[in-house]
Amino acid sequence: MEFKPLTGGDQPKIRFLVVDDSVFARKNICKMVEAFGGEIAGEAGDGVAAIAKYNDTHPDIVLMDITMPKMEGIEAVEHIVHEHPKACIVMVSSVGYQDNILSALQKGARHFVQKPVKPEAFYEIIRYVLSENAEPAPTTSEGA
Amino acid sequence: MDMQLIQPFINSLDAVISETMRCSARIADVTMQEGNYQRAGVAALVILSGDIQGRIILDMDTAAATQAASDLAGISGEPSEETAREIICELTNMVIGNSVTQLNDRGFKFKVHPPELFLTDVGPRGTLDSETVLLRFELPKGAVYLNIAVHDNSHEMIGAPA
Repeated sequence: MEFKPLTGGDQPKIRFLVVDDSVFARKNICKMVEAFGGEIAGEAGDGVAAIAKYNDTHPDIVLMDITMPKMEGIEAVEHIVHEHPKACIVMVSSVGYQDNILSALQKGARHFVQKPVKPEAFYEIIRYVLSENAEPAPTTSEGA
Repeated sequence: MDMQLIQPFINSLDAVISETMRCSARIADVTMQEGNYQRAGVAALVILSGDIQGRIILDMDTAAATQAASDLAGISGEPSEETAREIICELTNMVIGNSVTQLNDRGFKFKVHPPELFLTDVGPRGTLDSETVLLRFELPKGAVYLNIAVHDNSHEMIGAPA
């Protein structure tokens, strides 16, 4: 299936950090990202490496697994969002129960995709979080 | 063994195989296993701890692993050992993750440890308090084995001293 590139014209490509302890899963996700017209800014195999890689590469989107050695994905989200409140993180995990999803969202993740990943749904979710990110922050009447 | 603990793993294996390999996994055999597990091909093991305690082994024979490598990674012919191992770990991750989701939504709270490759020919026995069930699934090419040794620990945990 062909996908319309996430950015068009002269706009720079959306840069992704792909975090998963499985090399195979990372390759698969990277392939999908490239099919969407994105660019791989970096890869990491655990939460600790993800934090370091985020600081090095400052990606537009992080695709983060949950169950990983050293530091799990939800903890890594907390660290990244604490340091970079505007970080855009999408959880990509086979473990998709409510508590986990809620916990990830509470720590600052923007969305959740359950594995096996369906490329069409994944593409729509990425477009959705990008559009949310592009929207200006809501202003309050007090500040107006 | 409690079927409500086993059924999610069966459902998930079928769903994941169907989604990733575009074929169905038919249960060909179910046996209670005594003694150590004998690996059939490339296998990964996942430990569960919490309300559900135990371990699961997902094992694919060469024909099934070759098919999976072709379907999941576009590799033709028998995959390298490394690729086969990566594929089995990822499939295990998906099967266990999907099962855990179903069990968790039924109220069981437990932790899943990342899959580890199971490299020895002969694997662990079920634990003293876990019966072991071995399910053989037939794919259009090859077979997948699911070896489950888990038990419901939730009642014991409720009664356990703090």
